[in-house]
Amino acid sequence: MKKILFMLWLSLLSMPFMGIKGGAYLFLGICASYGLYIFLANTFDRIKLPAVPFNAKIATTAAIISALILPFLMKDYYTDIAILAGIYIILALGVNIVIGFSGLLHLGFAAFYGIGAYSNALLTTSLGLDFWSALVLTLPLTSLAGFLLAFPSLRLRGDYLAIVTLGFGEIIRLVLNNWDSVTRGPNGISNIPSPVLLGFEIGRLTHYYYLVFGFVLIAAFVVKRVQRSRTGRAWLAIREDETAAESMGINTRKYKYMALTFGAFWAGLAGALFASKMHFVSPESFTFMESVFVVCMIILGGLGSVPGVILGSLILVLLPELLRDFQLYRMLALGVGLVLMMIFRPDGLIKKS
Amino acid sequence: MFLQQIINGLTVGGVYALIALGYTLVYGILELINFAHGEIYMIGAYLGIIFIGIFTAVGLTQYSLFLSLFLTFIMSVLVCSAYGFTVEKLAYKPLRNAPRLNPLISAIGVSIFLQNYVMLTQGATDKVFPHVLPVTIIEFYNVTMTTLQLFIIIVSLLLMAGLHLFIMKTKTGKAMRATAQDKVMASLLGINIDRIISVTFVIGSGLAAVAGLMVAMYYGLVNYSIGYIAGIKAFTAAVLGGIGSIPGAMIGGLVLGLIESLGAGYLSSEYKDAYAFIVLIVILLIKPTGLLGKTEGGRS
Amino acid sequence: MILEVRDLTKIFGGLKAIEEVSFKVKQGIILSVIGPNGAGKTTLFNCLTGVLSSTRGRVLFEGADATNKRAHEITAKGVARTFQNIRVFGSMTVLENVMIGQHLRSKEGLFTAILGTDTFRKEEDEIRSKALEYLEFAGIQDYADTLAENLPYGDQKRLEIARALATEPKLLLLDEPAAGMNPQETWELMELIKRIREWGKTVIIIEHDMKVVMGISDRIIVLDHGVKIAEGTPDEIRNNPYVIEAYLGKEEVG
Repeated sequence: MKKILFMLWLSLLSMPFMGIKGGAYLFLGICASYGLYIFLANTFDRIKLPAVPFNAKIATTAAIISALILPFLMKDYYTDIAILAGIYIILALGVNIVIGFSGLLHLGFAAFYGIGAYSNALLTTSLGLDFWSALVLTLPLTSLAGFLLAFPSLRLRGDYLAIVTLGFGEIIRLVLNNWDSVTRGPNGISNIPSPVLLGFEIGRLTHYYYLVFGFVLIAAFVVKRVQRSRTGRAWLAIREDETAAESMGINTRKYKYMALTFGAFWAGLAGALFASKMHFVSPESFTFMESVFVVCMIILGGLGSVPGVILGSLILVLLPELLRDFQLYRMLALGVGLVLMMIFRPDGLIKKS
Repeated sequence: MFLQQIINGLTVGGVYALIALGYTLVYGILELINFAHGEIYMIGAYLGIIFIGIFTAVGLTQYSLFLSLFLTFIMSVLVCSAYGFTVEKLAYKPLRNAPRLNPLISAIGVSIFLQNYVMLTQGATDKVFPHVLPVTIIEFYNVTMTTLQLFIIIVSLLLMAGLHLFIMKTKTGKAMRATAQDKVMASLLGINIDRIISVTFVIGSGLAAVAGLMVAMYYGLVNYSIGYIAGIKAFTAAVLGGIGSIPGAMIGGLVLGLIESLGAGYLSSEYKDAYAFIVLIVILLIKPTGLLGKTEGGRS
Repeated sequence: MILEVRDLTKIFGGLKAIEEVSFKVKQGIILSVIGPNGAGKTTLFNCLTGVLSSTRGRVLFEGADATNKRAHEITAKGVARTFQNIRVFGSMTVLENVMIGQHLRSKEGLFTAILGTDTFRKEEDEIRSKALEYLEFAGIQDYADTLAENLPYGDQKRLEIARALATEPKLLLLDEPAAGMNPQETWELMELIKRIREWGKTVIIIEHDMKVVMGISDRIIVLDHGVKIAEGTPDEIRNNPYVIEAYLGKEEVG
């Protein structure tokens, strides 16, 4: 009874926005989905799922092989989305170093993504460099940006850090938007050339897919290695308990700098790939929502877990595309999803070991 | 010119202060940056437009403008408070003992949800506040000020004074202060913490609703995306004054309004939105406890 | 003298948590710091280990200045500690916790880790085997792969000691190691602390359990309201009239 009253309350609240009819439909909708939830919960409670034997090596190999043959089976449209997913995986792996490993809730990572994209765009269009030479300059540049912006942020803790990094992200976006003489403002930069590899232009989607896939493999491999090293352990210790970490002899300030610099490095790579894939960049692609979207990916998969980050990115990029009819409700669901995740599964889909 | 900017700054600053109070009240009690508070303000603005629309449709506005506006205020505040109350119960209460970043992420989720909920139900285009208000311009010493601006400044100041009295004099206000000081102690003294938290959200949301409604009247139109930037600015105002401090939020709001208005007038209006962020970052780096905040000892 | 503290004072917003505390610690002894709750014992530890910065006074470690250095610098000099409220790295395994203790005694960085060089692998192996040794010393080697947060309370306290030992300190500071332990665990803990001393390390402990204090201490310092009111051997402390009045008078002496 209390639950029904609560549903009634929710639909009453929605009436100014949805009208009386809309509110009534909402009430019926909530009641129906609650009933369905109860039914499913009861059914699944009775069916005991057998434990699936899970072998990390086999799973990884299977994933790599299927990723290699996928472009032959997919329509171009899906290859396109897979490329985007790959770019997001690289970005999310970078953010994961900062948020997942080191526990610093950074909400301005779109800035480094944007710096990487713009740097590559400007170097290739204005200076006429090729993709690779531009990349060689872009990566140190974004890392440097990560290092420099770390200085003011790292004196703060927890939620203050979150807000200040959000502020930095927005300032960078406003600069991109208003510095017309260099960034061409809201119009963005177009005609960014495709990468050329060994005299071979990577213009076709399939080629680009393999390029991005190669970078995803490198990123996942490197991040995984670092996670299981002295540096990775130091980051985890800072996340777990900063004071205790410092007392164990870890120079927490230095390792936070390292985390942000290294995280920004991957964001820069993702940005550069994004720019050359789209042949176009504009400030709209690097908003606060973009930062939040990436945070969602790593939370969904499980903070700090490399396979989790990959899974989370794939789900969040692919799901909305597969359910295109529900495109409008994508962000609505994302918001509800975040709240539900925090309440029911704060550790993510893949629990950290 | 200068005086003109001051008046514009005070108008916007009063609005910031009202929203900032919501941040500060919640932070004082839960130590949570209620990221969705900007969205509550946006909902308040929409509710204002929706209710004045209803009252106009039934002919009340034509009969008595004053009554219609009065009821619009009341209804917007009530419904908006109900939204704040519900958000707390659904998205924050289950996370009260979770690690500190979890409620913040949940709040970001609520913010995304509310923004898109309003966009889907009310459309992505600007909503216009009906032209029912008479505009009278007051002029003195080359400075112009509309009656609406005067109204906004006065209402903001009255509400702040009212809140101050409520917090200092009433029993609930005292219980709120006790809870902010020490939750465990407060509950041992028989204070119902859940109720106090709900009251805090209701008051904060009510103030945000008034702010939203006044902004809708002032600019004449609203959009589903106004909550985010206003929320950040109001949060800056709260931090500027010292988060958790009620007079701090009031002063912070007014100061931020002035900085923005003078900055846009004398420096560059393109970066108008960036001033808030720059102020926020500078304050957090130099004096994280804000203008009126207490200083803490020890090393971080 | 391994440690010398001169007129150390810490003021929190006008309140003197410790006031002009001075003492010297000889190499290789067990020193206990006792006193009623709120006497400033943990504040003293925090100032010695750089978790807090002191307001006035000096700290000398092995004759060299160690006043108000950052915590990791003090650990690098050879001072390690445990915490009053357990602060293990909960979602890491027991072994990983101790491996973090080896942080200062190893040096491989980001790039060798990415390349997986021989020196990197060799160092990882060394860290791992040393960490296992410390786990064995503390008697929790069976839990190496358990998540630290899943350990029983007493074993978490042992883990903290093992982790602190892994930093290879000359001086070890233990903040209430016996708190919350049953008599059997307490007895094992006393044996462990004695073995640490036999190993040539100096130990300072804060402890409320008088059986432990009187049983293992070579010297005792008594703090009351932030002031050192007595110092001496266990026998001297037992018979000190100030101590009896301020502290022991209210509690049973074991």
